[in-house]
Amino acid sequence: MSGAADLTKETEQTGERTDTPMLELRDLRVFYGAIEALKGINVKVYEGEVVALLGANGAGKSTTLRTASGMLSPRDGQVLFHGERIDGIKSHDLVRFGIGHVPEGRRVFPRMTVRENLEMGAYRFKAPDPDDMDRVFTLFPRLSERRTQLGGTLSGGEQQMLAIGRALMGKPELLLLDEPSMGLAPLIVRQIFDILEEINKQGTTVLLVEQNASQALQLADRGYVLETGSVAMADEASALLADPRVRAAYLGEGAA
Amino acid sequence: MSLNELWDYMVLGVVLGCLYAVIAIGYTLVYGVLQLLNFAHSEVFMFGGFGGLLVLTAWVPVADPSGFQSVIYVAVGMLAGAALGGAVAFGLEKVAYRPLRRHNAPRLVFLITAIGASFFLYNIAGKLFGRSSMSMPTMYENKTVVTIFGASLNVTQLLIVFSAVAMMVGLDYVVNRTKLGSGIRAVAQDPEVASLMGVNIDKVVSRTFVIGGLLGGAAGFLFGLNSKVVYTMGFLPGITAFAAAVLGGIGNVRGAMLGGMVLGMVETLTVFVWGDDWRYVAGFAVLVLVLMFRPTGLLGERLGRTA
Repeated sequence: MSGAADLTKETEQTGERTDTPMLELRDLRVFYGAIEALKGINVKVYEGEVVALLGANGAGKSTTLRTASGMLSPRDGQVLFHGERIDGIKSHDLVRFGIGHVPEGRRVFPRMTVRENLEMGAYRFKAPDPDDMDRVFTLFPRLSERRTQLGGTLSGGEQQMLAIGRALMGKPELLLLDEPSMGLAPLIVRQIFDILEEINKQGTTVLLVEQNASQALQLADRGYVLETGSVAMADEASALLADPRVRAAYLGEGAA
Repeated sequence: MSLNELWDYMVLGVVLGCLYAVIAIGYTLVYGVLQLLNFAHSEVFMFGGFGGLLVLTAWVPVADPSGFQSVIYVAVGMLAGAALGGAVAFGLEKVAYRPLRRHNAPRLVFLITAIGASFFLYNIAGKLFGRSSMSMPTMYENKTVVTIFGASLNVTQLLIVFSAVAMMVGLDYVVNRTKLGSGIRAVAQDPEVASLMGVNIDKVVSRTFVIGGLLGGAAGFLFGLNSKVVYTMGFLPGITAFAAAVLGGIGNVRGAMLGGMVLGMVETLTVFVWGDDWRYVAGFAVLVLVLMFRPTGLLGERLGRTA
């Protein structure tokens, strides 16, 4: 599976890709009442990639992710998954397409045990796959130790691990992550990003929303910078990481 | 007021508590998934009584049935009660509450709708079934079957205890051990995330109403066996069971069972000590007292969103 991911990266270096993206957001416009949160954005995520969406609070990062997973409906534009339109499909039907969403703020089920939370992740199947459960416990040994503990009693880092593990139980092709580093200690953030890299190597495509731009860009292949509902920059992650504007705005360095 | 008499009343308290517990589950389940106080649940209970009554009056012969026949009649009556209760609850959710959810109506609108639906349902029942009390047809000789340390239980009372316990055990299993139960708990704790996991919220809500309706309807039938069936029969048991659900911690299934048992016991003991005039006073006094010191109820909110 890691071979497929390597191949993707090679083709990418040859320039603009012509194959069908796994996920494509096309001219997406989303409103909250009268407020236009997304003003026609275009984002592509190809199979095997890690793509980062960066931007300040209110830039529209979470809105983008929530629209991709059917929690919000766009007023205009399209969401395509493997070239097929999926906008307007409700989120509970959308999971069947293989899109897993790790929501902002982790949102584990507080009064379910770790194991029950993971089982909820596999709700779309008749029964949870024991191999997936083993895989999650291998990726996150901490969860394995706490499998009978209630979700609400876990630490923030453990809850984030549980939220990711829960999404993996649904066998996603595409994993959407909303601010996995939020409110976590740097050491835990690094652990979680290492595991995300591992998950990506195992064959899951990742679309990541982050305020922690340096962590996100180190992991990502490509990135988009959103500003007030529009895509301000889109480039290879390494290029963004080197871009003085990005460094100034998101990495806390003096203006260029 | 001998000790023997006290014991008699306590056994009666268990019987009554079983009924309250089963009705209270309907309130607590619906509250869990929708944060809605479904005041029309008392009418679901009442329709259950009529479901059993109508099927049995149409079907049970005048001659005294016995043995196996009695068992069949009771089973059919209970199923009919449960079925009508489930159907009314299903319709209630579809007609009264779902449109409100679709329009994101404020919480208060749901409450007003619930009260309105309750008035509508019991008045339509009065129109359809008549406004006088009716007894269930005789299906068995209601003799004393067991004596527990001097307190005697007749067939009806025993039936109530056994079926209520069976329903509670079954319900507890469904909520904690089945996929539907996981869906119900997930929707209660975080509906948005539940739908991200593939839970169809509308379906879960509808089924939750049906489960509550089945239990409430069966309880209505059992209640009718013990006393009479009339279109106003839902109010007092309904409001007491609602109090029981709050007492146990609304949204908490086991809390509802506990609350029902407590209020059943308090009610009969009140009658024993102060007489029938005080029947409903002490129960609600207990409710108020418990909530003053423990606002989340005896067991706290479990199924629901806030801790």
